[in-house]
Amino acid sequence: MATTDRYVGATLPAVTGVSPPHVVAFLIMTTALVAAPFFVYPVFLMKALCFALFACAFNLLIGYVGLLSFGHAVFLGAAGYGAAHSAKVWGFPPELAILFGTAAAAVLGVVIGALAIRSKGIYFANITLAFAQMVYFFSLQAAFTGGEDGIQSVPRGTLLGVVDLKDTLTLYFVVLAIFLVGFLLIFRAIHSPFGQVLKAIRENEPRAVSLGYRAEQYKLLAFVLSATFAGLAGATKALVFQLASLTDVHWTMSGEVVLMTLLGGLGTVFGPVVGAFIVVTLENYLAQLGAWVTVVQGVIFVVCVLTFRRGVVGELGNLLRKSL
Amino acid sequence: MTIFGVPTQALFGQLLIGLINGAFYALLSLGLSVIFGLLNIINFTHGAQYMMGAFAAYFLLNWAGLGYWWALLVAPIAVAITGIVLERLTLKRLYQLDHLYGLLLTFGFALIIQGLFRHQYGSSGLPYAMPAELAGGRNLGFMFLPNYRAWVIVFSLAVCLTTWYVIERTRLGSYLRAATENPALVQAFGINVPRMITLTYGFGVGLAALAGVLAAPIYQVNPLMGADLIIVVFAVVVIGGLGSIMGSIVTGFGLGVVEGFTKVFYPEASNTVIFVIMAVVLLLRPAGLFGRAS
Repeated sequence: MATTDRYVGATLPAVTGVSPPHVVAFLIMTTALVAAPFFVYPVFLMKALCFALFACAFNLLIGYVGLLSFGHAVFLGAAGYGAAHSAKVWGFPPELAILFGTAAAAVLGVVIGALAIRSKGIYFANITLAFAQMVYFFSLQAAFTGGEDGIQSVPRGTLLGVVDLKDTLTLYFVVLAIFLVGFLLIFRAIHSPFGQVLKAIRENEPRAVSLGYRAEQYKLLAFVLSATFAGLAGATKALVFQLASLTDVHWTMSGEVVLMTLLGGLGTVFGPVVGAFIVVTLENYLAQLGAWVTVVQGVIFVVCVLTFRRGVVGELGNLLRKSL
Repeated sequence: MTIFGVPTQALFGQLLIGLINGAFYALLSLGLSVIFGLLNIINFTHGAQYMMGAFAAYFLLNWAGLGYWWALLVAPIAVAITGIVLERLTLKRLYQLDHLYGLLLTFGFALIIQGLFRHQYGSSGLPYAMPAELAGGRNLGFMFLPNYRAWVIVFSLAVCLTTWYVIERTRLGSYLRAATENPALVQAFGINVPRMITLTYGFGVGLAALAGVLAAPIYQVNPLMGADLIIVVFAVVVIGGLGSIMGSIVTGFGLGVVEGFTKVFYPEASNTVIFVIMAVVLLLRPAGLFGRAS
């Protein structure tokens, strides 16, 4: 296992199919999430679910293509603006608002992806970060984003004209459904032949190319998929909090999703979810401490990189000798 | 007098601001480039170390009574030492791994350092007085040139060119360039490469701190002064081509000027112009203007 962490995300052997541990873990996760709102404040849970989906989308890129995007907040934030604007100004119903926001993130993913995908490693991280900062400044100045104020009091509306989302518990189960759909689609993508090709490109790109795979197209598709699911998370989040703001586009948010995924376990199926719940919980408790939140996040980064590169779920999987 | 419908006064004023910003871009991207060349990591802590340089100047003045000129010498060395400790204790362990871990680690340190300073000093800036020798300015006829700003431009240009000379034209620099190409071979010739890596990191960090001292009298000393700046510098580095020394210097100053002129002719785009240029450069020359395709 000497070469285990030569590549980011290459901490576990490749997973070829759906294995019993995945099914068991998925059932445990779903049961816990269905029961959770009766014990824990639902809005907090919805926040964690949105970030969990965001982290899963991010993990698709770093864990399975080996590309570290340091600008993923763009897709979260842009989709949030799209959903909030279409729901509030154009009067879109929630399902269309979420779709519109997600589509906006996908389009942005195509544009940024096409420019960034030609580079690798550190360059890729740098370039995505720079584009994200560009979108941030655009959001700061553009009229429809509301600048520093953001788009406030976004109506939650009535889903499909039937389900009133003003009720928090109803909204929770809608968000849970969105999360589970997103999670399963990402899972499906990772365990498809497409996902296998992505892993092949990560491990040895020249070899994959020599076998006839168009690496750039595969990487671009993975990037767009990742952006789209990040957008789905962002659009949902905007409706939950009835707010789209600059926070979601800022690079600190891009750093946060890296933190969640790293802590949970890069390249694991359930790691991003666990990481997101830990980080959101932590921030909830540390919120009144102000600047200490940043310090704690920094410390987690340093500790994870130096001694805990597999992350929580990665270590757990290693302990159980199962791939989670 | 006007040029393209813009008063010359405003034009030269923005040119000056552009050159000042360019001086900081050049110093910071030079440090990043030197570090990247040998260590193959992007030093995300760079912005925090720039901020530490400004704070070091502030501490020297308020705690030790040492003024600007002493700060110019002592602050970079002090911050460089903290960088060396960081490299020895943590970064060193990551050289065998994916270089992205280096990025994540230095990002973590940036969060810690900025968080601690913000906790202690808040988000509002602390004032730092301009050295008396450089107060005032002179009237050039077409514009008013504050002495301190002229000094920043001239001094940082001198530092950049000296660095370029040392790396490209001296024996020490040739070791450094050789180690960038093939560290194992250079080590086999009896040169202590690990120590060279450590000192290089310290030097790059020192450059960032020096930029911080220069910035202290112009901008206020603020815990977050480097947080957003460093992202612009990342874009500058991508445009110039990572690892190219002269590329960093030329693109640093050049982009500062372009940004300054954008403020005159199309102010809305002044924040984003560098990123737009980056996108265009990536399309046309993916390795950057001065970079070699790998």
